[in-house]
Amino acid sequence: MFGGFDNSYSPMWHNGPKPGAFYNFPATSTSSPKDEKQRDSQPITTGSSVIAFKYDTGVVISADTLISYGKLLRYRNVDRVFKVNDHTIIGVGGEYADFQFIKKYIDQKVTEDYCYDDNLQLKPKSLFNWLTRVLYNKRCRFAPLWIDIVIGGLQDGVPFLGHVDHRGRAYEDAAIATGYGKHLALPLIREKIENQTETLNAERAVELSKSCMEVLFYRDCQSYPQYKIATCDGQGARVDGPINVAQNWEQALNV
Amino acid sequence: MSSIGTGYDLSASQFSPDGRVFQIDYAGKAVEQSGTLIGLRGKNGVVLAVEKIVRSPLYEEDSGSRIYSVDKHIGIAIAGLLADGRQIVETARKEALNYKQQFDRPIPIKVLNDRISSFIHAYTLYSAVRPFGVSVILASYSPETGPQMYMIEPSGSSYGYSGCATGKAKQAAKTEIEKLKLADMDIEELITQAGKIIYQVHDELKDKLFKMELSWVCELSDGLHQIVPDEWYKKAYTAGVESKRDDDSDNDI
Amino acid sequence: MEAVKLGSATVGLKGRDYAVVVALKRASSELASYQKKIIPIDDHLGISIAGITADARVLSRYMRQECLNYKYSNDTVYPASRLIMNLGNKMQKCTQRYDRRPFGVGLLVAAYDDQGPHIYEVVPSANYFSVKAMSIGSRSQSARTYLEKHLEKFSQCTKEELIKHGLEALKGTLPNEDLLTSANISIGVVGKGENFHILDDKENQAYVDAIEKRKPGGGPDDDSGAGGSSLPSVPTPADEPGDRDPIAAVAMETH
Repeated sequence: MFGGFDNSYSPMWHNGPKPGAFYNFPATSTSSPKDEKQRDSQPITTGSSVIAFKYDTGVVISADTLISYGKLLRYRNVDRVFKVNDHTIIGVGGEYADFQFIKKYIDQKVTEDYCYDDNLQLKPKSLFNWLTRVLYNKRCRFAPLWIDIVIGGLQDGVPFLGHVDHRGRAYEDAAIATGYGKHLALPLIREKIENQTETLNAERAVELSKSCMEVLFYRDCQSYPQYKIATCDGQGARVDGPINVAQNWEQALNV
Repeated sequence: MSSIGTGYDLSASQFSPDGRVFQIDYAGKAVEQSGTLIGLRGKNGVVLAVEKIVRSPLYEEDSGSRIYSVDKHIGIAIAGLLADGRQIVETARKEALNYKQQFDRPIPIKVLNDRISSFIHAYTLYSAVRPFGVSVILASYSPETGPQMYMIEPSGSSYGYSGCATGKAKQAAKTEIEKLKLADMDIEELITQAGKIIYQVHDELKDKLFKMELSWVCELSDGLHQIVPDEWYKKAYTAGVESKRDDDSDNDI
Repeated sequence: MEAVKLGSATVGLKGRDYAVVVALKRASSELASYQKKIIPIDDHLGISIAGITADARVLSRYMRQECLNYKYSNDTVYPASRLIMNLGNKMQKCTQRYDRRPFGVGLLVAAYDDQGPHIYEVVPSANYFSVKAMSIGSRSQSARTYLEKHLEKFSQCTKEELIKHGLEALKGTLPNEDLLTSANISIGVVGKGENFHILDDKENQAYVDAIEKRKPGGGPDDDSGAGGSSLPSVPTPADEPGDRDPIAAVAMETH
């Protein structure tokens, strides 16, 4: 390492041609093969779908409590929905270790709010924006945090729901689902939301959530019958559960 | 401080012939000019109380606060130069965060005290900087460790206390605190006694306007450090005002 | 601390929905234009300065940077209380070191955020205070006396009344026989639904006229809608400069 041939000339020939090498005008490329690295290109311990949508006075987010190791249903009692503060909740899928990493920083933001003691609390939109910046920045450095995160809550009294993924792609919507939920649950939710005959109140919202989780359990092989539901409205934020899908396999005999 | 510096007081990195570092003594003087600050550690919690002197009615009630939270479970109160104190608060918060990120649990107050003491002490060693003109009291409570309290001086030395006072009227306040049986007192007694002491030691002739600030970290608050809720503040306030009135009538006789 | 007293006076005060800063400007010579006294920082926040202008510019650049960064990552404006705490900590570091000097400038910060309007006083010792009303700079004591006398009224004041109270207070700080003119004052306003901005010459003149009409020491009695209605009485620009130039010269003597 010290004084080896490769290094000995470098102070003298900074960015210039290396002995024996072709001069590479304007000598901008300084990388050598040993600088190149293989980055992780897939998540390993993962959570599956998160489903979330707005209702008349708030937001609901639900996810099962399973973390898989590849296809193996490895950890079966891990929370994937959280209360951040009184008006912010989150739900997460994807690489769980990456989430644990980022969760520390989110918790620290909440602690800071507590310490400042100035009645200001992190708002969902701020958290959403911050996560977007972090995740996009990470992906630009080719070291993405492989998570799918849904942020919900009340922004100055108005329901807010946003989604950011590991590439830093971000959008807001009235109904958001990740993973298989995108295919299986989203149509069910949209049907209810766009059906204007009755307003979607808190009670109906939770019912809808439950039926979505049931469908997901039956259809998605990476899911689990135990799940939790986080809600956030004027009364504050809370996480309910674990709730179990009432399983009925009798129909299976007819298939 | 009988002698004056005579040239040995300009640098924090120079001893005087009789063995003192005058800059540190002077920092202590800065503390003695600020409003009185007391900490009481009882059976199941700690109460911090500050006599916050208000220089003008133009200031908002909450401005120039002398009590801060470092983490959810640790409170810190400052006597001395407020701007210096805030610097220490910021450092303490960083230490608390750093510890939490490394060990995934809240920083024990013992560790925080060590780190902050070292930090303050470091500023007494170099000629390029001046020492902090503050004394701070750290307080915490958890079911495992019970109530704990430390006070750090401008020199960087610190001790654990069951009752301590600093600032303008520290002598008078200490005398009052020594009369109390702190170890047996519950939070309600602590609060009222703190109120009494602050109002008793306040010198109306010198400083007309002042506001009492009270915080607690105790069993009742679930181990959280917070400014005491209004109804409790009132208890301390009435106890304080009444004891002041009794005091004054004693003087009349 | 003394540097602040050398600067010309500035007054800050707040009502329920508005925070206002007014400042007296000086010119260093007859040929020079007036020194800038009020610096906008962000949409929700601006500062008024007394002391060394160059130092103030360093601080204002820092504050702008911080506000911008905060907005970039959190998608909201920087809460005033936290910005000021941050600023105070930065300023404190300079007071403790041998190789630095403290900032020789006092600031009045006017801000409006989620918690309503704020006025902060920041002094070179790195202390800061949230205030209901305040005045700093040369001869500011008389302004403070005025503010203390009228303190109770401010919470009910409209924007126009606040500005007039501010000017009234500022009048007490004028050197000798000097008068307020539209050119030697500067008014910054921020409030509910109104971004921080500095009023233009025309608006200044309207307020000056309203003040001059009022008897000295009078309360806000005859000031109904002075902001708009007294505009017609603005002197024509042609005869303005003649009035103004001598004033600048007088101001210079006190410098």
